[in-house]
Amino acid sequence: MRLTAAILAARTVAALSRGLRRGGGTALPGLVAERLDPGLVPTLAARLGQGSALVTGTNGKTTTARMVRGICRKAGLRPVANREGSNMMRGVAAALAGSVRWDGSFSAPKKRIGIFEVDEATMPLVARSVEPRAVLFTNLFRDQLDRYGEVETVATLWRAAVRSFPAEVTLALNADDPAVASLSDVALGKVVLYGVDDETQAGGSLEHAADARWCYACGSELEYAVVFYGHLGHWRCPGCHRARPTPDVAVSALTTANDGMNVTLRTLAGEVSVRLPLVGLYNAYNAAAATALAVALGIETKAIEQGLAGVTAAFGRQERLAVDGREVQVILAKNPAGVNQVIRTITADGAPKHLAVFLNDDIADGRDISWIWDVDFELLSGGVASLVVSGRRAWDMALRLKYAGLGERPEVEHDAKLALRQAIAATPEGGTLYVIPTYTAMLDVRNILGRWSGRGAFWEGDAR
Amino acid sequence: MKLRLAHLYPKLMNIYGDRGNIMCFERRCRGREIEFELDELSIGDAFDPGAYDLVFIGGAQDAEQRRVVDDLRDVKGEALQEYVERDGVLLAVCGGYQLMGAYYRSADGGELPGVGLLDLWTEHPGPDAKRFIGNVVIEWEGETLVGFENHGGRTHLGPRARPLGSVVTGFGNNGDDGGEGAVCRNVYGTYLHGSLLPKNPRFADHLLALALAGENGDVRLAPLDDMVEEQAHAEALRLATRRSIIRR
Ligand SMILES: [Zn+2]
Repeated sequence: MRLTAAILAARTVAALSRGLRRGGGTALPGLVAERLDPGLVPTLAARLGQGSALVTGTNGKTTTARMVRGICRKAGLRPVANREGSNMMRGVAAALAGSVRWDGSFSAPKKRIGIFEVDEATMPLVARSVEPRAVLFTNLFRDQLDRYGEVETVATLWRAAVRSFPAEVTLALNADDPAVASLSDVALGKVVLYGVDDETQAGGSLEHAADARWCYACGSELEYAVVFYGHLGHWRCPGCHRARPTPDVAVSALTTANDGMNVTLRTLAGEVSVRLPLVGLYNAYNAAAATALAVALGIETKAIEQGLAGVTAAFGRQERLAVDGREVQVILAKNPAGVNQVIRTITADGAPKHLAVFLNDDIADGRDISWIWDVDFELLSGGVASLVVSGRRAWDMALRLKYAGLGERPEVEHDAKLALRQAIAATPEGGTLYVIPTYTAMLDVRNILGRWSGRGAFWEGDAR
Repeated sequence: MKLRLAHLYPKLMNIYGDRGNIMCFERRCRGREIEFELDELSIGDAFDPGAYDLVFIGGAQDAEQRRVVDDLRDVKGEALQEYVERDGVLLAVCGGYQLMGAYYRSADGGELPGVGLLDLWTEHPGPDAKRFIGNVVIEWEGETLVGFENHGGRTHLGPRARPLGSVVTGFGNNGDDGGEGAVCRNVYGTYLHGSLLPKNPRFADHLLALALAGENGDVRLAPLDDMVEEQAHAEALRLATRRSIIRR
């Protein structure tokens, strides 16, 4: 009875907020449902015939979860998923309440599988409620420190959570991230490791944003034979001789061509070769992560290959929109490691770029903007054809870019529409404009560009 | 003219974009044709008190702060003391600021000894205590300094230190006495990051002039094009003060 009321209320609120066009307003239905029936998530999650899998970590959650859902569909399953940006408990509640019938039952229950992306700090709580079959940890970078306190706090939280998982839970872990790989030391169940073997992708020395330079076990400074980005690479500890474990799923070859890349993944069940419509080493990591989780779920190679091949850019992640004869690419800026990857990816061809950079400081962006000083914006120096800076903290960003050598007085326009108009006008017809916004700015930018390109606004788009 | 800067523990103490402060010193020297030399000193490296005009130490996570404490006391402590007695200029931000005091008592009650260059001590009231997080504005020498603070520890000053400024909005040293940061001789400590110096150019120049005066007598720094710096300062000031009205 209470369950039905909760489901009904959640759906009504969801319909209302869509009607009111509260873009991305996906938290409220889940919140209402949870209030009415705190047992809703465990009850409904237990009715998923194929169980659930969680995707957590600082970067790559949204794209990876999207890939895993594609793979599941190719394997004949019917995924239930939360919307990106709604990755707390209430987002999972909203997803479950929105997927069942009024009586709380699923259609085709035997084929149902929950694929939930969850916030790093919320993961233990969600895991207790949905009792997942598998949990994927992507990486651990500095992100919005004003929210979590410290990277070390999250690492400690993860270790405690993993220790408490029953032996039936399989982990998918990034072997190249020492903080994530070390979770295998405390895991009771099976572990599927993934990483990058292709050493030609090495990015040189550790970036300024690199975090986990020290061995969690003995405190020694880690040594790297290869650094891919941030602190991801082939690491070893000179103190206790822990080292990057050999991955079960590895990117063995990666080539970039025409707005996409060809990725070869070595798995225990054979090779997976796919062409992704995404670029950047970080997306190769996402593909490896999705494959590792699929392997952990017992999905066959063929479905993995088909699922990855069919993937499309998630909202604001290298999403391409056509506006006024220009291609506009929106790439979310989350944290130093992520932005460094974006910069490295878009400057790879050496041609000068047209850019619009948006910096907001809402909670979802991180209220503390000091992270922009850890981004290696200097890599853009000499490679920018036009630049417009916007967002609530536009002048802070303009100052950072001035320091990076992108001009003594960068163009600042606080109004998002005017800023985009200016940036599009500065981009020649047939050219590409790269828009790099923080999260809440991304929602604005995407709504405006969606309208101008006829693609639709956020609340009409499907983030599933 | 030449400025010789020592950056202490750049790999360990760098949590809040502290690199921006170093870049600021460098940029504001080079823009005036002042030579700039940077030494990064890590754990185990000796500190030569006669070799520098300016010393910077940034913030860290607790775990990394613990790694630094022993080295700060046993390897560099005496030399730093001598540097300060010669009126050497030092800027310490956030975690580095806490380590300049007598001690830091963490949330679990453990105590980290400080290096004692500033007359102050810091105590974390416990894991349930409110963390001081947010935009902050302080009044300093008739001007404003803007930044962001994020600390659980409450800092209290002894008689031989005075606050760097008074809190206009935000929490400051302890959320209680209205003081923020500390100054003792030429040692400056503050919780403000953001990065602090790029958008507080007058404070950066104040430190530079002090540092250069040691070797060169009275120094007048030529003006620079600070249009973007001043705009960033004004924007941070406007947002911090507007929000504090809404939130309270
Ligand atoms: Zn070790």
